[in-house]
This record gives sequence, C-alpha cells and structure tokens, in this order.
Amino acid sequence: MADELQLKVNGRTLTVTAPPETPLLYVLTDDLALKGPRFGCGLGQCGCCSVLADGVEIRSCITPTSKVMGKSLTTLEGLPAYYATRMKLKSPPQLHPLQDAMIVEQAAQCGYCYNGQIIKGAELLFRTPEPTEAQIRTAMNGHICRCGTYPRIMSAIQRAARAMAAAKRAEASNDVEEAAHV
Amino acid sequence: MSEPNERSVLERREFLKTTGAVVVGLSVADKVGAQAPPSVVPSVQRGLASGPPDPAQVDSYIAIHPDNTATIFSGYVELGQGAPTALRQVAAEELDLDLDQVKDVKADTFVSTNGFTAASRGAGIGGTELRAAVAEARRVLLELASERLKTPVRDLIVTKGVVSVRGDPQRSVTYADLLGGKPFNRTYEPVSYQGGIELPRKGLDNAVPKRREDYRIVGTRVPRPDIAEKIKGTYEYVQHVRLPGMLHGRVVWPRGQGAHGISNPTVVGIDEASIKGIPGVQIVRRRNFVGVVAPREWDAVRAARQLKVTWEPFAESLPGHEGVSASFRSAKTNDAIDTNSGDVPVALSRGAHVLSATYRGPYQSHGTMAPNCAVADVSKDGALVMCSDQGIYQTRNGVARLLGLPVEKIRVQYCAGSNTYGGSCYRDAAQAAAIMSQEVGKPVRLQFSREDEFGWDNYGPAHLADLRAAVDANGKLLAFEYKAWGHTGGGMDTAMQLALGTPPPVTPPGGGFGPLFQVHLSQTDMYDVPNRLIVNHRVVGSGYLRTGPLRAPMDPSVFFAQEGMMDELAHAAKLDPYEFRKRNISHVRWLGVLKAAADAAKWTPRLAASTLSSAQVVSGRGMGLGTHHLPFNQGDRVTYAAAAVDIQVDKGNGLVVVTHVYGAMDCGLAINPGIVESQIVGMCVHGVSLALKEEVQFNRTNVTSLDWNTYRTLRFGDHPAVTPIVVQQLHEKSSGAGEEVLPAVVAAIGNAFFDATGVRIREYPLTPQRVLAALKSAGTPPRRA
Repeated sequence: MADELQLKVNGRTLTVTAPPETPLLYVLTDDLALKGPRFGCGLGQCGCCSVLADGVEIRSCITPTSKVMGKSLTTLEGLPAYYATRMKLKSPPQLHPLQDAMIVEQAAQCGYCYNGQIIKGAELLFRTPEPTEAQIRTAMNGHICRCGTYPRIMSAIQRAARAMAAAKRAEASNDVEEAAHV
Repeated sequence: MSEPNERSVLERREFLKTTGAVVVGLSVADKVGAQAPPSVVPSVQRGLASGPPDPAQVDSYIAIHPDNTATIFSGYVELGQGAPTALRQVAAEELDLDLDQVKDVKADTFVSTNGFTAASRGAGIGGTELRAAVAEARRVLLELASERLKTPVRDLIVTKGVVSVRGDPQRSVTYADLLGGKPFNRTYEPVSYQGGIELPRKGLDNAVPKRREDYRIVGTRVPRPDIAEKIKGTYEYVQHVRLPGMLHGRVVWPRGQGAHGISNPTVVGIDEASIKGIPGVQIVRRRNFVGVVAPREWDAVRAARQLKVTWEPFAESLPGHEGVSASFRSAKTNDAIDTNSGDVPVALSRGAHVLSATYRGPYQSHGTMAPNCAVADVSKDGALVMCSDQGIYQTRNGVARLLGLPVEKIRVQYCAGSNTYGGSCYRDAAQAAAIMSQEVGKPVRLQFSREDEFGWDNYGPAHLADLRAAVDANGKLLAFEYKAWGHTGGGMDTAMQLALGTPPPVTPPGGGFGPLFQVHLSQTDMYDVPNRLIVNHRVVGSGYLRTGPLRAPMDPSVFFAQEGMMDELAHAAKLDPYEFRKRNISHVRWLGVLKAAADAAKWTPRLAASTLSSAQVVSGRGMGLGTHHLPFNQGDRVTYAAAAVDIQVDKGNGLVVVTHVYGAMDCGLAINPGIVESQIVGMCVHGVSLALKEEVQFNRTNVTSLDWNTYRTLRFGDHPAVTPIVVQQLHEKSSGAGEEVLPAVVAAIGNAFFDATGVRIREYPLTPQRVLAALKSAGTPPRRA
C-alpha cells in the first residue's frame, strides 16, 4: 500500500506517496525527477545509484525508502551545498572540488557511473581529506566504470584533495591574519 | 542547441502534438535541486520530413544562424567517445569560426544526416564527409561576401565568422549578414564510399578544404562540453526521459539465453494471478514476447519479478563455456581461405625454429554500465522512439516491421545511454518499447534489468586458433599459418524474434556479421612474411550463443594468438621481443607505434623469462601490436597500435595484476589528441579487464553470467597506471581511435605472463584458476642458474 513518506533531500523536506518498501532510487528519479542517482543494476553491485545518507554512501537501488526517513539525503545535485555545510563555507561553491577536478582531468567518457564515482569520492574526501593511493583504491573498489576511466578518477581525487588542502591552508592563514588584526 | 528556423520548430510541435511528446515538469522537482525537469525533446528539429536528408545538399549538414553561429546536423552520436566534439572542431576549422560558435544537435531521423556510429567511424569517415560539405559551405559564404564587399575571394579573410577585406578590416560582413537563417541551396559532390573505401571525388570544381598546416582548432585538445554536464549531473541519458502519461515497462524473458536457433523462448502459460494486487499493472503479450507495464516504476519492477511465466524448457544444446573449443573442432565447418601466399608447408619444413600452438578466446559481453533503455510513443499514424542505438536510421527498420508502419513514419531520436562497445541490447530495447507502447496505446519507457541485458546480449564470439610458424636462424619470419574457428549468429533481434514468434533465421557460415568474425590478418600486413596461410573454419551459429560486434570484434582473440606466437618465436630464436619485431616489420607506421610504446615503457632488451624468480610474487613485462580489422569498411583507414605492460603474478593464489600499461596509437590525423588519449586510457583498462576477468559463463542449457558477480570486470582497486601516447600524423587520413589498442593490450599481457613465470598461457582470461592450473601443469617453473 502507498503511504505518505517524508524525506529530507538536499536540505529540503518533502512528502511523496509510495509504498514504503519502494527502493529509494525510484522515488528520487521518478517522483523527485533527480538525474544524479541512476539505475545500473538494481542489485547494489555497481554504484550508479549512490547517494549520501547522513554523509554515508548508500546504494539507493536496494534501500527501501522507509529506511532513510529521518536521514539527511544528499544526491549529486545537492553535493556542492552539502560540501559547503560540512566545510563551514560561507556560500556553496558551484561544484564540489572533486567535480571541478574531474572536469579538469576530462575524466568521464560515457559518464553514466560518475554519479556514484563522485558521491563515493566525496564521501572519502570528507572522511580522509588526504587519502593515499591505496586508500583511494580501497574506497572506490565498489564502483565499476566500464569505460575504463579509473586512472583519471584516481587523478581527479588526488587533484581535489590537493585543492581542498590548499583552500584549507589559505583559510587558516586568513584566520591568522584576521586574528592578528583583532 | 539552437533553433535553425522558426518554421521547423512549429512543424515539430505539430508532430509532437500527435505523438504526445512534450516537455513535462514535475512539481516537486524544482524544490530538491533538480537542474531541470526531465525533458524529452531536442530543441532543434528541421521539420516533418523523414530523413536521411540528401547528402549532396550543403543544407543537410549545416545551417548558419542570425547570431552568427552555426549548427551541424551530423548523424554521428555521442557514445561517450567524444566524436561529436571532434566533428564540431572540423566544422569550426573549415569555416574559421570559434568552436563555441558551432553547435550540434542530438541525432534525429527527421533532422540528421545518415551516420552510423560504429567501427570507430565517427571522426574519420564522419569527419571527412562533414569536411567536404563544410568546405563547400565556406565557398558559398565567401562568394556572397565577395559580391557584398566587391572584393575577389582571394582577398578575403575570415575570423570568427566575420569576413573582411585583407588589409582593410573595416570592410567586413558576418556570416549571419550573408546567410543567417537562410538556406545555402547548394548541391555539391559529397564524399562517397564503396566497400568502405573512400572513392575519389570526380568533380574538378570541388571546394578545397583548408590546408592542414593552417589548422588552429583541429589537432588541439579542446575539452568536451558533455563531460562538464555529466560531472554536474545535468546530462540527459535515455534513462532520464519521461513523457506525459507514460507507463514504465519491463520485459519478462527467460533467465539467460539458451542455444541460439535451437532454444527459442516459447511461452507455455502465464499465471496472471501471480501479480494480483500490484496496482495498475498490465501484462503485455505478443506471441512469445511478454512484458509488464505500470504507472509506477517499482510496480513494473516487482510485477516483472513476480509474474509466473512457464516457458518450454531449453534444450541441453550448448557446449558450456568450457566445452566451446571441443565443440568447434568437432563441428562441420565451411572453410574459407583468406590468404594463401607462397608455400607454407615448404617454408615450415625449412625453419630453424618451427612452432605450433593453439590459442583460445572466450565469449565476452558488452557489459554496458547501464542496461539499455528506450522510450516509445506509438500511435496508428506513426511512432516516436528515443533510444541509444548507434544507428538511428537502422533502428527504424525493425521497429517499422514490428509496428506494421512505413519506415518514414518511425521517428527515431538518439538519446545517450551508457557505454555500449557495439551492439548491446539497444535495438531490443527500442523494439520492446515500441511493441509495448503499441499494445497499450500509451508511451512506454522500457528499462532492461541487469539480468535481461547480460542474459540476452549479442556477445563477442569465442575463438579457437591453431597456429604454425617458422623463423630462420636469424629470427626472420619464414612462414605463418593461422587456422581459425568461429561462428556468427544473430540475424534477428531478440525482441523481434519473440514478438514475431518465429525462430531467428539460421545465418549461413560467413553470412551476417560473418566477415567481421573471420580472420583477415593479411589486410594490415603488420609483419613481412613471405609464406602465409590464413584459413577460417566457419562454424554454423546455431547451438551457440547470440553474437554481435563487440569493440574491436574478434581482434583481442586474434592478436592474443598472433602476438603470442610472435613472442614464442622470439623466445625460440633467443631474441628480445622488440628486436624480433623490428627484424620482421618494415612498415614505418607499425614501427612507429612500437617504438612509441617501447620508449614510454623504457624497454630494455631482454630475452623473455630470462630472469625468473622463485619469489611468490613475480613480475614481468610484455608487448604486443594491435589494430581493428575492417573487412567491410575503412579499408583505406588503418590504425596502428602497440602496447607494453608491466604485470605481477602471485604464484600462491594465481592473481595477476597489471601495474602499468603503455598504449600507443597512430590513428592518422588525431582531430583532438586529448580525446584520443582518453580513448587509449579506456582501451588499456578495458584490455586488462578482457585479459584477466571477462568471460561469459554458460552451462548446457543457458547463460549463467547475469550480474556483476557472475560476469567479472576489472575493479577500481586493480586498475593499472596508464601512459597514453598519440602518434600524430597531420597529413594522414583520420582513422578509428576507439578499438585498436585493446587487442594490443590483451596480447601484451599474455606475453608478460610468460616473461614473469616462464609458462605460456594460451587461453584468456587469465583467471586465478587458469593461472594456478597452468603453473601446476608446467611443474616448477624453470629456474635460471
């Protein structure tokens, strides 16, 4: 039976009418018309459908919607704003630094898996801001890319980590300057 | 995207009114950050008339707009490979426009020229066709400017679509002033092909394209605009398309195909009560085609899972994936000699080193990242089909036959899916969506499941090869003999077969895609071999799996065998594998890519397997050449590729890891070397996946590789570092760039394994089981004193 389900998606609270066991993916793509999470296998094996639930990457294709009510969901569309919140930035950037890095690297080919690659990579960078190559390989291992762009995703994650570290250093030195002026 | 003219937009709206396809928004969408509601309609249509438009008309290829931009109407599509960006570069170059002044449109059978984006034709053949049309367009524009400015054409220069008088830049006129919004009305002699070979153009007065020395956009690494959209999440895949009143469809097909041509799915009964209680679900049936539709997607998904359909059991007619070679050997074959030069038996008898070996390659899947999807809206007067077919004009034929409508009433619009690597189930998806829409009288979005896609793929065929070869005492090739077994098979899309209720036609040996699945090693003349025999033992496809073209069809298996044998010969002659190849190749472009890969890898002369170690984890390196054989087309456009790889083998658990791939490619004029590098990176990783992981598994009755656990692919954790090398050739024809490194990588991995272990594996993928078995049967690998 269809129920009214309350969800928090990209910072907004919404109500959708759907059977509570409906996999979250179908609510996000069909009811909310989001383009980030997408169908790849329906089995939780490939990572195309990934979203963040309270900052943790989940596979929306096998997650019943009822299981994520009350959690804060972030899709690719909401990632820059979520990044701003997590990093306590004054305003959200246009894109998450990993997205910027992936464009610089011209990493994608068909790009279908990139929703999951970006979501998972962003999760990694929140948790481990300067990951080693081995840490990246382990974290990303559940995300398949059939175009074979793994080397460029690796480069993009490393580039984003450097950019985030540089931004942090710049901010820290600004803070010191501001503190000195007080 | 822009509107070429107002009238055609009106016409498009009229057409769409009849099919119900209009932009639809969902009210909640804007609130959660969706960039735009799912839209379905490309913003440009050129009218109601079904294409393809006349290739001899400049207007078929290009339009100039009042804002001094241009749109090209190429039928070559974005498969993720970047060809549309390369085509925009070609047009911008010839017209002296900036790249951002040239737009393109999604391919549409009411709009686009007839391009078939397969066999890596997009930039080469597509670019050549477009260059000829656009060169003519430039001539028209300059003739008009000459009249307007009262200056001979030779004294005009063009910058960003502004034509001015040399030395007097104040006297100028824009393309838009000359022709904005108006047609060229110019016929010209288009580029044409026979048997895939570009024919000389006869006209003495054809517009001459720009001198390549003067290129400023072609040959540069401009970024692909679609990549930014894909990273931002705004790119529209066919999976995103939604139409008003649309139903979600799923097919209900047997789990995993059976023996092609023998185990034809036949419905015995459908238990309609098995899906009772799922709201709004309808069963769609046409003969043996069974599917379900429902307003809500999840309802269609669970209905498809729950619906009990009884099928006639499949016969135990398949050989099983481990029995293919034996089955090929015992099959009655139709033999075709591809090449017979010199006297192979005599030459073999005179060799200082004479070797024979049998090599094998598996069935492999396209393994699309996303299962195929299509949206169809069928009325009694016509149909709109949105799908990711590599050839939109080819899609029309099957759909028209199934719907009983004339081909010109079928409008097909391309909408990208995920990677396809050739003929995955996109045409089945288009046909299935069309059948379902016609049955229920509403638009239907058909999404295959992972299991549908894996189980009913048109796999790349298995391969068996017996090789014999000989070299003289100096390591010069004397004879090379290649006897290949393989089959074609397909002939009819699965959706059509089910809906027509007829078994697929049995493709005769060598028919259908047959030529693509035969060995034509002579065509590219990689090695200088005085005596050569190539025989194709063509097996009838019935009783095996459905097959179709899979990226570089057959080439990974063929080069795994050929380059494996070359390495075996080098080892027998006690030569470094690179030195051996240099001794036996005189073609400068083959030598060029070989050197490029070897230099990048800092290759040092070595006799393979001469530094064996008793450690558990051992390392090795190997090299191989590759290309994509093109029996049908592009015979005048050969691409040259080479790879060198570094690998590690764990003799304890049999795991092979490729640590670095150096891939070099000479595809003639690389219109965008950055995109070509991206293709090389992808091919190097895909090649590792093919060599180590991928194999379609099946038993006597049906395919059992139905998901990512039962069809293995290379994962992030195991990917190699990749060094891509583009060998730029400004004055050569642009040739394919999406397939050719792949076979070189597979071959190089086999050779590196021998270097690491002293054991030759002649069957891939090199799975841990196969590796352990090979090491065991070889006994303790020989150790060098």
